[in-house]
Amino acid sequence: MRPTSKSDLFWSFSWLALQGFGGVLAVVQRELVEKKQWLTREEFVEDWAVAQILPGPNVVNLSLMLGDRYYGTAGALLAMAGMLFFPLLIVLAMVLLYSGVADQPQIQGALRGMGSVTAGLITATGIKLLAALKNNPLGQRLSWLFVALSFVAIGLLRIPLLWVLLGLGGLSCTLAYRALRKVQAHGADTGAQT
Amino acid sequence: MSMMLSAMDWWQMFGHFLSLSLMAVGGAIATAPDMHRYLVEQQHWLTQGQFSASMALAQAAPGPNLLFIPLMGWNVGINSAGGAASGMAAWPWGLLGVVTSMVGMLLPSTTLTLAAARWGHQNRERLGVRAFKAGMAPIVVGLLGATGWILSHAQDRADNNWPLWLLTLAVTLWVWRTRIHLLWLLAAGALLGWFGLV
Repeated sequence: MRPTSKSDLFWSFSWLALQGFGGVLAVVQRELVEKKQWLTREEFVEDWAVAQILPGPNVVNLSLMLGDRYYGTAGALLAMAGMLFFPLLIVLAMVLLYSGVADQPQIQGALRGMGSVTAGLITATGIKLLAALKNNPLGQRLSWLFVALSFVAIGLLRIPLLWVLLGLGGLSCTLAYRALRKVQAHGADTGAQT
Repeated sequence: MSMMLSAMDWWQMFGHFLSLSLMAVGGAIATAPDMHRYLVEQQHWLTQGQFSASMALAQAAPGPNLLFIPLMGWNVGINSAGGAASGMAAWPWGLLGVVTSMVGMLLPSTTLTLAAARWGHQNRERLGVRAFKAGMAPIVVGLLGATGWILSHAQDRADNNWPLWLLTLAVTLWVWRTRIHLLWLLAAGALLGWFGLV
């Protein structure tokens, strides 16, 4: 499935962005993969990996990539505009109102409550995307090991992301390359025999 | 706070955001420390309070967390026009700050992303491209788990606040196992916090 029109693309991304308190990724996964089915879980993880490693805000990168795939440059810009326009208006309105209410304990409390909900949303998204690794060329055991290593390196040891992506990611990509080459060579062999 | 910004200063700020854009690997938030160094400590275009409030507001607002960037631009613009006391007369300068910071921050990275994504899509059958995507997939899934973990710790008073932990855990299970609309959960979290229950 795909967006029905450019305006569908713009409004879909606007709606995604407006639901994303404290991060949009969980909402993107829920809306685009589970509800609209514009992409499969596997495609989502792959695109997310690319959006993550390229410089720039990662959800903006993801919007650009998806918009571009459906409608070229215009689509890329529309998806990005959808992601940014209404949230920008809201945040500017908030800055004009904020000074009077920032110190209220209720406001602080509400922000705290929403923060811990967001932590849960993101964790659940990670758990759901584990299923996308089932057909990974690394094999299930090895890809789960890399999930665990990446969690420990970033979450517990707090190693800067760039080093984890280069180090752990580099190792993982090298192993994936070898696994894929083996499959390809094997495929060529059996092809020659028949 | 009030100060003057010359046209040259505006260009300098634009240039600084342009240079930060390509350093934002792993999300815009990675550039926050350097923005603080430049805008608050070096140029004194932004106060410490404005910096912190911009970060907090962007977290509270819907949308991508990069919204702290236009907020900082807004504040710099308002400061340059005599501060909040100037009222609506300062708004055009605030908007100039928004545009300067956003275009600067997004122009290099969006251009690179579009070029790289197209190349990757055209060459998606290549072994190297497939290996890159397959290899990075488990890393970014682990990164999601780590992000959730860090967020649940970054909270104010998180260490001894078991109801807050329980809320995160309940949401995790709920979102994983059901298709409940995420906005209900966020609203529930806000209410629980408002009444001081978490």
